Amino acid sequence: MSLLTVREIHGGYGGEDILKGVSMTVDAGEMVVIVGPNGAGKSTAMKAVFGLARLRAGEVVFDSQKITNFRPDRVVHLGVSYVPQENNVFPSLTVHENLEMGAFILSGDLSARFERIYELFPPLKEKRRQPAGALSGGQRQMVAMGRALMLDPKLLLLDEPTAGLSPRFVELIFDRIREINAQGVSILMVEQNARAALQLAHRGYVLVVGRNRVEDTGAALLANREVAEMFLGG
Amino acid sequence: MEILQLALFGLVLGGIISLGAIGVSLLFGILRFAHFAHGDLMTVGAYAALALVAVGWPLWAAFPVAVLAGILVALAVDALIYRRLRRTAPVILLISSVGVALILRSLIQIIWGADTQVYDQALQFPLRFWGLRLKLNQLYILLGSVGLVMLVHVFLQYTKLGKAMRAMADNPDLAKLSGINTERVILYTWCLGAGLAVAAGIFLGVDTRLQPTMGWHLLLPVFAATILGGIGKPYGAIVGGMVVGLASELSTVVLPPAYKTAVAFAIMVVMLIVKPSGLFGGGKR
Repeated sequence: MSLLTVREIHGGYGGEDILKGVSMTVDAGEMVVIVGPNGAGKSTAMKAVFGLARLRAGEVVFDSQKITNFRPDRVVHLGVSYVPQENNVFPSLTVHENLEMGAFILSGDLSARFERIYELFPPLKEKRRQPAGALSGGQRQMVAMGRALMLDPKLLLLDEPTAGLSPRFVELIFDRIREINAQGVSILMVEQNARAALQLAHRGYVLVVGRNRVEDTGAALLANREVAEMFLGG
Repeated sequence: MEILQLALFGLVLGGIISLGAIGVSLLFGILRFAHFAHGDLMTVGAYAALALVAVGWPLWAAFPVAVLAGILVALAVDALIYRRLRRTAPVILLISSVGVALILRSLIQIIWGADTQVYDQALQFPLRFWGLRLKLNQLYILLGSVGLVMLVHVFLQYTKLGKAMRAMADNPDLAKLSGINTERVILYTWCLGAGLAVAAGIFLGVDTRLQPTMGWHLLLPVFAATILGGIGKPYGAIVGGMVVGLASELSTVVLPPAYKTAVAFAIMVVMLIVKPSGLFGGGKR
């Protein structure tokens, strides 16, 4: 039984359908990446899981519960966290307050959770009292991921976590994603940096104009000629 | 010495403006519209206190009751009017708030009349110290504003709800994604904004007189302070309020006093042209 099952979803943001029949699964403990050319509906497919896109048909099942078109605040309570590509921190709040907001729906002692995040991202501990808006792009991405991890989610959704980062940070963020996954958090991510992401992921889906095109293990997709020609740059 | 004297009056006015601007700034940050009825909410508070003073209550006792009344009015207006329009364009909310402003002001005029009124007929002689003059009432206003601003600071910095308010003013979409109950935050933002507006209205009534248009006339300086501090930034609003208050009073050294409001307007226009993100604005999110 998969942790997440997406079955033949159709929909978008109210206008023309962006998703025209996408299916995917994420097993417990698995890391799955969605790749594909621009405009394939990769981000939309992931947002649909979190209730940020409207689905006309198909269904989304998480942890044996149907969550099709659930509002984001309901999905959060079930153990899914989402990190948007942009505007993913509260800029005027300190690093620590950003993490606190991630755990807004929880009460009680959160110190163990803060500790875990600061162990995962040591630079954040030093900058915990600084406003998140004053950090570099890479550190902001750490805050964004840290905020999402405060809930100790079963599934983490990452939308282009390395977009716009310097090569040094790209490597670092990928390394942290591997570590988070190793700690038992299932991950579904969209990534432009397809080659690196496929090397990291257990499995990958290639979407083209809102439909599944290829589905295979990360390694097999990297070796796939058609996939390489399509968008890995030959 | 004249400059220091004016600066002192400027701080009194600045405190009143700040109290209004904190609410306007937070409401803008969270609901994305400029609340044009905020000035008239101040007036509602001032007259609610007057109603109690008229039946023999001391002003300090009328104060919290008036705050409560102002909050109830704000929540009722939100439930009846703004909430239905929240999913439409912000400009529709803005225009509806102009309508609310007119309704509130007219209601006050119907109930209490258009004439000028005061809380206390007795003439106060100013305290004198270091060559400066300050009426006891003005001292109370100054202390009251500082005290309230400090309470707001503690609330925003150290309570979960206060932090959620700042988070929502920063990035409403991310607040929703984090599971923050945004409707509840909106509710409490109305309570905070309206409560502070009532305090500002009463202080203004104490400092000068009560008139149905008193809050409406203060709206321009309040908006100027909000923009100066960076819209959506409550701390900027406090600083902005002080700057506008000081500038308005100090301008009387070189300009006729009738131009005080024009000074606030000038600050607002210059700010919008030179640095629309406010004094402390990074602008980027």
